[in-house]
Amino acid sequence: MSKAGEALLSRLAPGLDGDVPGWLSQIRAAALTWVTEHGFPTHRDEDWKYTRLEAITEVAFRAGTADSGDSRIGEQVEDPAVDLGGIRFVFVNGLFRASMSRLPAVADGITITNVAALLVGGAQQLAPFFDSVPGQHHAFAALNDALAEDGAFIHLGPGTVVDEPIQLVFLSDTAGIPLLASPRSVVLAEAGSRATIVETYAGVDGQVCCTNSVTEVVLHEGAHVEHYKIQDEPESAFHLALLDVRQGRDSRFGSHLVMLGSQIARHEVRISLDEPGAQVSLDGLYLPRGNQVHDNTVFVDHASTQCTSHQLYKGVLEDRGHGVFNGHIMVREGADGTDANQKNQNLILSDRAEVDTRPRLEIYADDVKCTHGAAVGQVDGEAILYLRSRGLSAEEARGLLVFAFVRDMVDRIELPGLRSALLNRIATRSMAGIGEVGA
Amino acid sequence: MLKIEDLHARIGDKKILRGVNLQIEAGEVHAVMGPNGAGKSTLAGVLIGREDFAVTGSVLFDGEDLLALSPEERAAAGIFLAFQHPVEIPGVGNLYFMRTALNSLRRHRGLDELDGVDFLALAQERMKLVEMDQSFMSRSVNEGFSGGEKKRNEILQMAILEPKLAILDETDSGLDIDALRVVAGGVNALRSEGRSMLVITHHQRLLDFIVPDQVHIMAAGRIVRSGGKELAVELEEHGYAGVREPVPAATSMAGATR
Ligand SMILES: Nc1ncnc2c1ncn2[C@@H]1O[C@H](COP(=O)(O)OP(=O)(O)O)[C@@H](O)[C@H]1O
Ligand SMILES: [Mg+2]
Repeated sequence: MSKAGEALLSRLAPGLDGDVPGWLSQIRAAALTWVTEHGFPTHRDEDWKYTRLEAITEVAFRAGTADSGDSRIGEQVEDPAVDLGGIRFVFVNGLFRASMSRLPAVADGITITNVAALLVGGAQQLAPFFDSVPGQHHAFAALNDALAEDGAFIHLGPGTVVDEPIQLVFLSDTAGIPLLASPRSVVLAEAGSRATIVETYAGVDGQVCCTNSVTEVVLHEGAHVEHYKIQDEPESAFHLALLDVRQGRDSRFGSHLVMLGSQIARHEVRISLDEPGAQVSLDGLYLPRGNQVHDNTVFVDHASTQCTSHQLYKGVLEDRGHGVFNGHIMVREGADGTDANQKNQNLILSDRAEVDTRPRLEIYADDVKCTHGAAVGQVDGEAILYLRSRGLSAEEARGLLVFAFVRDMVDRIELPGLRSALLNRIATRSMAGIGEVGA
Repeated sequence: MLKIEDLHARIGDKKILRGVNLQIEAGEVHAVMGPNGAGKSTLAGVLIGREDFAVTGSVLFDGEDLLALSPEERAAAGIFLAFQHPVEIPGVGNLYFMRTALNSLRRHRGLDELDGVDFLALAQERMKLVEMDQSFMSRSVNEGFSGGEKKRNEILQMAILEPKLAILDETDSGLDIDALRVVAGGVNALRSEGRSMLVITHHQRLLDFIVPDQVHIMAAGRIVRSGGKELAVELEEHGYAGVREPVPAATSMAGATR
């Protein structure tokens, strides 16, 4: 383990004392040992080679505490996810902030609370969601195991439905001291239940912080969860995230990812299709510019028969922006009837921008339908001329074409409030000055 | 309104326009005919500011040096090209595109922008000119349009943007006779005292519908003959072979009225 990595751990470790149940103490200790032994990944690790992690491990991060940051955080952060009404949980530096949250009454059979509140009571029901990581994933997920104190806990009993989106807002606010936030959220969707979850990440411009989040989702038979994530942290921030999903028979999971912010951001999705008939659809949009790095790592494990997975990731690379799509589909032996596809499309706007796209298929079953493809292109010069000949400036023309490229991804967002907020957010970001866009 | 003098254009070593002279006055309709590869689309491209070519010579538009302007400045000055191959732009709504275009031009000209409601009313009125169904407005620009639908969409843009000089590059090609009649009807409705047109075509047929004031024959990068609309008829009878030999520069200007 590097000196910087050791120093990072030793600064973070004091955050571990706390008053937690015995099972969690054990998991934390094991996770910490694992990280100490294995160290943090470097660019020599195949799965991390595009992401300059040294930039993160070298910052003198401390763990966020309840009194770190500024209490007026809510006023300072422009919320990119708008308030969608309904349930809204706000976490500041990884810790639940009740005063900024809203929890209307929920139907019988549904529990929505925060992890820290559960831990007070022993929280044995959480244990299965914390036992996963060491060895199986990677150092940052293990670090989250070791440090996580809070996050959302959503338990949907059999057949329950939450109609309005459940909004989880993660804010970083360091007040000058680089902080590491380690939110850990859990979604347990029992048979036939249904919900939509929206995770938004934001912070204060110029503050150095790191979010290292893990969200675990377990879907039982016939459950359906739509998951949205908007990563809009300031460009001074770092963002590492793991979305880990295990799917039961005939369950459906949809993931919609929009990467806007952070200096270095990595969002990893791991889907395990454990039982027959499970379906997953993964959308991703990443828009690195300036010096931003947006790393999308996807692993879909077809471990059972008749499962379906669709992936569509689109990137727009500007300035020195660097995008990564590292998508891996594994079709296990016997996973017959698998229908898997994976598409990655990129638009490069500058000759200093970069994209690494690695779609991978690994197939050990016979009766499967799998396709994958990656494309990297530039804006169409003829279309630019066409638009300019109609009076649009060169920048407007370019912006409009970029917007058109990302538009269908935004249109796939089924929450009208979120969709129009994002349309405007992306429009002002990529085509300043062109005015409102047709919704 | 438009005065082109000794216009040359080349790509690398390839000379495409080799001394074009042409003058069009306000309200006039000029046709340019000529075989494939003569340089007709190149002339249109040079006039709208296509950047592929090295250009020399002079083009004055309302007395202004057109070649010094960017494509969008030319559009604002009143130049419009109905493209021979209209571009498909997936993801950009046709209605939104046209409103954005019109409002860009209006901004350039110091006029207020039109809001969605006013623009829709305008678009609906102009769509009648080319007998276009409103469903085309909610689709992406030209995406999946048939050849004829693309051409109508070009004329619709012209009707909405109201240029001073409209250049139509083979707007008739690929149209059946009914579509041709509709498109020509739209064009004729837009003829006016202040609006000039440069109609590029292969076929005399179009000129039965859009009757030009002048006809120019282009071959190998030059205008080799100019005359009245009877020239098109002559061409129909004898083919380009009979008109191809270059004429002295002085007479090639003969078609231009003073
Ligand atoms: N971008 C280009 N690169 C190379 N040659 C070109 C280009 N554009 C036009 N040309 C050539 O210039 C000549 C004239 O083309 P064009 O203006 O399209 O003719 P027309 O429209 O009269 O059929 C042709 O020989 C064509 O191949
Ligand atoms: Mg042509």
